[in-house]
Amino acid sequence: MSDIITVKDLCLWYGSAQALKDININIPEHAITALIGPSGCGKSTFLKTLNRMNDLIPGVKITGEVRYAGQDIFAPGVDVNMLRKDVGMVFQKPNPFPMSVYDNIAYGPRTHGIKGKAKLDDIVERSLRDAAIWDEIKDRLKKNALGLSGGQQQRLCIARALAVEPQVLLMDEPTSALDPISTGKIEELASALKEKYTIVIVTHNMQQAVRISDYTAFFLLGELVEYGGTEKMFSQPEEKQTEDYITGRFG
Amino acid sequence: MKKTNHAFESVIYGVFLVLGLITVGCVLLITVYLIISGIPAIREIGLFKFLFGKTWASTAKTPQFGILPFILTSIYGTAGAIALGVPIGFLTAVYLAKTAPPKVKAVVSAAVSVLAGIPSVVYGLVGMLVLVPGIRSIFHVPDGASLLAAIVVLAVMILPSIVNVSITALEAVPQEYEDASLALGATPTETYFRVSVPAARSGIAAAVVLGVGRAIGEAMAVMMVSGNVANMPSLFQSVRFLTTAVASEMSYSSGLQRQALFSIALVLYLFILLINAALNFFLKRSKET
Repeated sequence: MSDIITVKDLCLWYGSAQALKDININIPEHAITALIGPSGCGKSTFLKTLNRMNDLIPGVKITGEVRYAGQDIFAPGVDVNMLRKDVGMVFQKPNPFPMSVYDNIAYGPRTHGIKGKAKLDDIVERSLRDAAIWDEIKDRLKKNALGLSGGQQQRLCIARALAVEPQVLLMDEPTSALDPISTGKIEELASALKEKYTIVIVTHNMQQAVRISDYTAFFLLGELVEYGGTEKMFSQPEEKQTEDYITGRFG
Repeated sequence: MKKTNHAFESVIYGVFLVLGLITVGCVLLITVYLIISGIPAIREIGLFKFLFGKTWASTAKTPQFGILPFILTSIYGTAGAIALGVPIGFLTAVYLAKTAPPKVKAVVSAAVSVLAGIPSVVYGLVGMLVLVPGIRSIFHVPDGASLLAAIVVLAVMILPSIVNVSITALEAVPQEYEDASLALGATPTETYFRVSVPAARSGIAAAVVLGVGRAIGEAMAVMMVSGNVANMPSLFQSVRFLTTAVASEMSYSSGLQRQALFSIALVLYLFILLINAALNFFLKRSKET
């Protein structure tokens, strides 16, 4: 399996506070990689570096190298909008736009120049099917998305991200605001999506990491402590800190 | 433990209630007074003739009291001011709320506040001395005191309300919406206009309605730049607004003429009530979404 994202010596500062320290990690294609660690360990910051959403925060400084499909994403001349089209994102809190379900999904494709109604109809249906929510809301496409339940909203957001045909899907604690049943549906969905997409997911929930991920990266205080196959990490972690964290001694 | 002083609490409660009722009382008083004093002239002249009569000649031998010129002038003037002021104010608000660097934002916001605080007579004065001669020489018309001059002055006067209310609405748009848009590969500009502005549309509509209210109620500044002749409205002609119609004749009016002025005030008041209802509607809707 080849690596779709390679990260070399990545450091990140918010002003003078260093949030990431010399991160080296390769993220394999068509797999789910979970990022775990206690609050403030840098896992979300790292995730947001991969589609350059950190650019929006004033005072951010980044050194090192992040390559997506071989291309350095911080190189001058890189179109950050095209990067974000390829590397989609699902946020912690479901954040559908205050528009109809249809317009939510069509927003991305329209942004990238797709106009024809038939084509958009196709994309909307395909994206909603891929996000396993089509059957639930196919009769409510014209209704405001804010009227959906939290779990449906989050799957809608996943569908919205899929509509621009990304290669990678970044998920930032996508189930932390959801009930257990909705969480289960998102987890199932993530496992199904790795056939077509590469998924990087930040999670606070270690059982979730065990349940769905192929690889796990453990972050602590801005450093990548351990990275490897999920099964191995949770059965025989190499580092003492990892063991302490996954056995619940801190965090 | 300190004992609750119930007597004191109820006195305070009573005081607050009375203070609150003062405002309501004023509104009621003005409404009732306007209706009572505005109805007689309309009765005598006839509602249709009053509202749709094209000639206002209050001091002629056979006086005519048609206020259509005033109504249309107020509507055109306000519409013109909105057409001119809203795009400028709205885009300024988008800029200030979303993209302006903090320093620029501070300077522009301060300027907007000052603009809001300038007395209308000063607007009128500057309009008279700069705008009116300017219009005369640019458009080669005999007199620059015209509907156009009033529109320009009103447009500037409503800018602060439009900018401030729109900014509030735009800043209330949750960051999450914008993040979602950017994460889909939309540029910041696409994000502002396709996500932030639609999400803030009720608030922006409220800003426009507030501007309409300001413009239609303004008297002093438009009196000074519009020439104040009771013509049917035309861009380069001297015109008279509902507000200025009342203000300019009140001091020497008598009899039916005076009563007719009250009727004009009543018409103006109805316009304002309508605008207020619209404003409340939009503000309520913007809170709900």
